Amino acid sequence: MFPLTLSNVCVRRREKSILGPLDLVVDQEGPTMVIGPNGSGKTTLLRVMHGIERISEGTAEWAQPDHANHAYVFQSPVVLRRTVAENLSYPLFLIKRPKPEINTAVEYWIERIGLGKVANRSATRLSGGERQKLAIARALIRDPEVLFLDEPCSNLDGQSTREIETLLLETAAAGTRIIMATHDMGQARRLAADVIFMKSGRIAETGLAPDVFHAPETSELKAFLKGDILE
Amino acid sequence: MNDITQGLLAALRLIVTFDAELWEISLRSLQVSLTAVIIASAVAMPFGAFLAVQRFKYRRLVISIMNALMGLPPVVVGLVFYILLSRSGPFGVFGLLFTPWAMIIVQIVIISPIIASISHQAMRELWAEYHDLLISLNTSKWQRIKTLIWDGKRNLLTAGLAGFGRAIGEVGAIMIVGGNIEHATRVLTTAIALETGKGDFALALGLGFVLIGLALFVNISIHWLSRTEREGRW
Repeated sequence: MFPLTLSNVCVRRREKSILGPLDLVVDQEGPTMVIGPNGSGKTTLLRVMHGIERISEGTAEWAQPDHANHAYVFQSPVVLRRTVAENLSYPLFLIKRPKPEINTAVEYWIERIGLGKVANRSATRLSGGERQKLAIARALIRDPEVLFLDEPCSNLDGQSTREIETLLLETAAAGTRIIMATHDMGQARRLAADVIFMKSGRIAETGLAPDVFHAPETSELKAFLKGDILE
Repeated sequence: MNDITQGLLAALRLIVTFDAELWEISLRSLQVSLTAVIIASAVAMPFGAFLAVQRFKYRRLVISIMNALMGLPPVVVGLVFYILLSRSGPFGVFGLLFTPWAMIIVQIVIISPIIASISHQAMRELWAEYHDLLISLNTSKWQRIKTLIWDGKRNLLTAGLAGFGRAIGEVGAIMIVGGNIEHATRVLTTAIALETGKGDFALALGLGFVLIGLALFVNISIHWLSRTEREGRW
């Protein structure tokens, strides 16, 4: 499946440049944290990699294209107007997995994210943290090779953030490639194996996490890590 | 005021005495309107969902026409279908004129735009909520439509009930294609028109109260059966 190669990628909306032009090669290693100030293009980059953003110019190609093996978790978790269990079974139902297999997977994930007691309640009644855990479990239930996450902990409390980070680290250890946007530098330091730093729709710096965090090359990244406001 | 009191008494008398004719025309009203709603919903609801998820060249024009057709004058629909279904018309061979099926057909034509338009509005809002998720899950168009219909079923119920309300109260078109024939095509609305014409206001009002009661009963029953209010926030 890997590498994913982005060549001269540009995204424009109404003649305004949102992303690029940029070139990037993403390989099997990870987790990768995409960092940068608000409006720097983190979300658009993830959407381009996942294939749900229309590219104005350039190409984004996987070595072995198989879109069904990707999953995406949005910043504001989208829950279906169904029960928690039905939300989890939905991705498997779409690909017509046998019912016993679906039930086994749902039971496993529902316990793993600690929502067993509310399995038959409407998912729209869950708290923000529970919704996000549900969204991540729903993304993982198909056992994706790549999991994209767009600031999954941005509005969550400490405990929910810790639970989600633990789940992501276990997922990464099990072999799922994680590519995640975050503006939480503490989280990026805790999870990242490598880092992509975005600024004004372009990749300003990339590298292994220790190098990026301890010896940043660009003045923008130095300023960002110091906590300065970048314009 | 006296007429209203007499109407209420007439309605009560007809119900308490299990008036055979009242039962017959009430059941026919229900049969015609519910059949029309079921057939119209089967077509109009998926069409509304399709318009929400599918982008094509003349989509806005189609939506505008669909919305405009909500105001279709029933008498004109009745007249057009009278001509189409009459012996000399193109569909005269089927012998449908002055049968309940002719009444069902015109009701389908009248309520389909209403059901489609309300369904489209509900599906469009749900599609805005689900768009990114369903795209990212690589769903097919048909899977998206099915998901929207299933998850938006309570909103679609409203669309169906709006169609039922229009159908059960319709008189002009079904009078023309049904003919208001006793024991054949007489329904509550055409019976009310007939009794008013004859000057029997009490009976006409009585039938009117039965019609209102029937419409309320169906609406409340469907809401209760689908547990709309009990499960709340979906």
